[in-house]
Amino acid sequence: MSQGDFVRHMGSSGTGIHGAPSQWQKFHMDFPLLVLLMVLAGVGLFVLYSASGQSAHYVNRQLTYYGVGLLAMLVMAQIPPRFLERWGALPYIGGVLLLMGVLFFGVGAKGAQRWLEIGGFRFQPSEILKIAVPLMLAQYLGQRALPPNFKHVFFALIFIGIPPVLVVLQPDLGTAILIGVSGFFVLFLAGLPKRYLGFVGLAVMVALPLMWFYVLHDYQKQRILTMFNPEADKLGSGWNIIQSTIAIGSGGLHGKGWMQGTQSQLDFLPESHTDFIIAVLAEEFGLIGVMLLIGLYLLIILRCVIICLRAQSMFGRLLAGSITLTFFVYIFVNMAMVSGILPVVGVPLPMVSYGGTSIVTLMLGFGMLMSVSTERKRSV
Amino acid sequence: MNDDHALKNPILESRLFVFRLFFAVLVVGLMAGVLLWRYYHLQVIRHEGLVTLSDRNRVLVEPVPPTRGLIFDRNGVLLADNRPSFNLSIVVERAGDLDVLMEELNSLIGVSDSEKARFSKQLDRHRRPYEPVPLRLDLSEREQGVLAVNEYHLPGVKVTVQSLRNYPFGQELAHVLGYVGRINDTEIQALNSVRYSGTIVMGKTGIEKYYENELLGEVGYQTVETNARGRVMQQLERTDPVPGKDLQLYLDSRLQHEAYEALAGQRGAVVAIEIATGGVLAMASGPTFDPNEFVTGISFDHYDALLNSPDRPLFDRVLQGQYPPGSTVKPLYGLAALESGTIGTAHRIYDPGFYQLKNKEHKYRDWKKGGHGSKIYLRDAIVQSCDTFFYDAGVKMTIDTLSLYGSRFGFGQKTGIDMPTERAGIMPSRAWKRGARGLAWYPGDTVNTSIGQGFTLVTPMQLAVATARMASRGEMRSPQLVRKQHAVPPPAGKIQASESNWNYIHQAMQDVVHNRRGTAQGINRGLKYHIAGKTGTAQVVGIKQDEEYDAETVAMRNRDHALFIAFAPVENPRIAVSVIVENGEHGSSTAAPVARKLIDAFMAYYPEQGGQY
Repeated sequence: MSQGDFVRHMGSSGTGIHGAPSQWQKFHMDFPLLVLLMVLAGVGLFVLYSASGQSAHYVNRQLTYYGVGLLAMLVMAQIPPRFLERWGALPYIGGVLLLMGVLFFGVGAKGAQRWLEIGGFRFQPSEILKIAVPLMLAQYLGQRALPPNFKHVFFALIFIGIPPVLVVLQPDLGTAILIGVSGFFVLFLAGLPKRYLGFVGLAVMVALPLMWFYVLHDYQKQRILTMFNPEADKLGSGWNIIQSTIAIGSGGLHGKGWMQGTQSQLDFLPESHTDFIIAVLAEEFGLIGVMLLIGLYLLIILRCVIICLRAQSMFGRLLAGSITLTFFVYIFVNMAMVSGILPVVGVPLPMVSYGGTSIVTLMLGFGMLMSVSTERKRSV
Repeated sequence: MNDDHALKNPILESRLFVFRLFFAVLVVGLMAGVLLWRYYHLQVIRHEGLVTLSDRNRVLVEPVPPTRGLIFDRNGVLLADNRPSFNLSIVVERAGDLDVLMEELNSLIGVSDSEKARFSKQLDRHRRPYEPVPLRLDLSEREQGVLAVNEYHLPGVKVTVQSLRNYPFGQELAHVLGYVGRINDTEIQALNSVRYSGTIVMGKTGIEKYYENELLGEVGYQTVETNARGRVMQQLERTDPVPGKDLQLYLDSRLQHEAYEALAGQRGAVVAIEIATGGVLAMASGPTFDPNEFVTGISFDHYDALLNSPDRPLFDRVLQGQYPPGSTVKPLYGLAALESGTIGTAHRIYDPGFYQLKNKEHKYRDWKKGGHGSKIYLRDAIVQSCDTFFYDAGVKMTIDTLSLYGSRFGFGQKTGIDMPTERAGIMPSRAWKRGARGLAWYPGDTVNTSIGQGFTLVTPMQLAVATARMASRGEMRSPQLVRKQHAVPPPAGKIQASESNWNYIHQAMQDVVHNRRGTAQGINRGLKYHIAGKTGTAQVVGIKQDEEYDAETVAMRNRDHALFIAFAPVENPRIAVSVIVENGEHGSSTAAPVARKLIDAFMAYYPEQGGQY
């Protein structure tokens, strides 16, 4: 990794010597990150083919999503961080307005209003907030003296708080928490004083029981109870988690082989090509497969951390850092819920689960990271 | 805002950021460790247990029920076979909301309340998970089509092919073969649940019940891989079931048909026994019912109708109907009188039309007003069925002799036929009366017993057995329905009597049919062989169910039962027959022709001895 980095670095310094930069060098992107993401996408397609029951349809669609995502990422990478910083509040404001729109004009699916339909095109505004909140926070805090004082923390918390509250009303608790967390990461990286950390911890402790009684819907409580005792409702809410645990465990160290997973191939595993796809991988490729995937994820995170460290502005650092950590949180929540140590919330496995919205959003985020990574090049 | 900018310290901020980032990376590492530990825990430590669960999920051990043994008549005609039936079952574990599913099925094929009731009853029983519970057997082609088309939105619904019992002769053999029916709650307690896994019916009555063990066979297994919706994806291994044993009966379906036709829907019973073996050639009880209805589950209404019909079609009169034998006992007691030395062939009486015990006023009347006149020998008493002669002989023999001979001929005890339910009847004796009634034996009881009335009760089967013993000159055999593969066993015993006495009684019985004074001479027209027979009339005493308003019916049901026993040919007896026609009044007019038809048919089908099989 560092060598690739080095080579690229040499390249960019070469520009200085030979004068006018080539077209290629005007193009902003991070090659190692791109390669790692493509490898991950390849792995994802491979597993998806098996998980979807050898469906060319799903694989083709997913391939399209990757293509769109790649395009979105590369376009995003060309936008200078300064520009992002200047207009950073716009997506946030737009997103919040759309969320309100969802509450009033939203389209329901499975008892929840999450979708907004504009001109026959359906999308979830809450996805925008996954990027818009860290962008907003990085923009807000990046310009302030750090560590933030009480006033800044206060406003930051309000910015962080509004979208999750709107999302909870949809209701979509999982996404709400993830949005809140992505904003909180900015605050944390910006140097939120330790005493506030304690305060936040305390607030969470107080909020949990209150949420249980006043915010959580029955089905959400059910999911949490199910996590602690999936056997209580074997064929209902416990079914998913029991079957995914069986799938993972029966895979063992080496796995049952590609397309040989009985749990997934015989339809015992629900949502096998979307949220529960890690169980397919674990069943068919075993612990070795799981370790390789986690390794791949950690390499991506490592690369992102390097980008963070080399960012030129505080805005860039905070934005990149938050996106990186949120990326990991997605991974953790998904793998933990499928293996039964967190309640089932609808979080897909980043870049691997089938689904366009998630992939495009993630790659937009990586596009911002790439934009930040070449900040230095722009300043030369 | 501008104030805030003034305070910015890039180096300090950058250092703070790096510190925070490293802290976060550390936490990321830790959490990645948690994930790895969790997957390690599942995939290595709990691996084996979860593999088992995974296999249990997909691998289903399905019992393969054996095909039930077939039943043939003596000539290889199929009496009970199996036909494929398409059954609708539900795997409850996969069905989701059962009420919704039932509603759906109801709109498609119409599910009756009794089917629902039966289904939910079966649900409550202990069963293996994922075991399909039958809802309807024997789907019509239309129903199969409807279900096939709608299968995709009927989770857990399964249409399986299973072989179902079929009785091609229907009513004719209902009481003999019995029927199979769905195993019920009480039966399931006593069953070997392993042997019966996958089998949903069992023999309920008749041969089906008695030979259940042989007919059932041994269950096989197949392990199959199923998907989450229960569809079998592939077979992994299979142990074939062992089909049940086939049974061959002594019965001849043609003779059975004759017997059934001869009864012509009357209430009564007909039994024919092959004398050489004790094999039952025909046994018919009328009225009867269609056993095929019971196989798929008869509707409650129809079952009620059968159960409550005054004609009692479900009741097997041959083995469970107990009737006074009436005069049909006369040859038997005649032999007893001769053998016990009570009277000789030269003994004769004058019959004034009644009999009086010494010092008693009461007159025991002969059936013939004015009596049979003078010079009545035993032979005449049998041929003309003289009651007075037997009153006198009976009293002279005492009840002990009557009882002894009656028992030897099989009265008062089960015949030992291979059927699940059989009544023993009553052969009265002093001991019996003391035991059953707590009373002493009076001479008047002997008078009644000597003409087969009073306490005496026999089943039509017992009558046929007694007739066969008479015909075979005392060979004591139990009647048998199923022909065992090994040779016919020797008789269990022999009733000792002199050849001349056997001859005398046989001759008297032949005269009943062939003598112009014989009570059954009406059936001798055109006979090309000799039949020995005896008519009987049994008085019907107070039937409870007759307390009804329909005067005609009451009168009808108070009429005497008509009886007839016979064997043929006299010179070398091969078939013994007993016939009872309820409320048929006279043995000679209603029962004897039935026997004639049956024996005629037998003689036509088996003109020569030994050439039967």
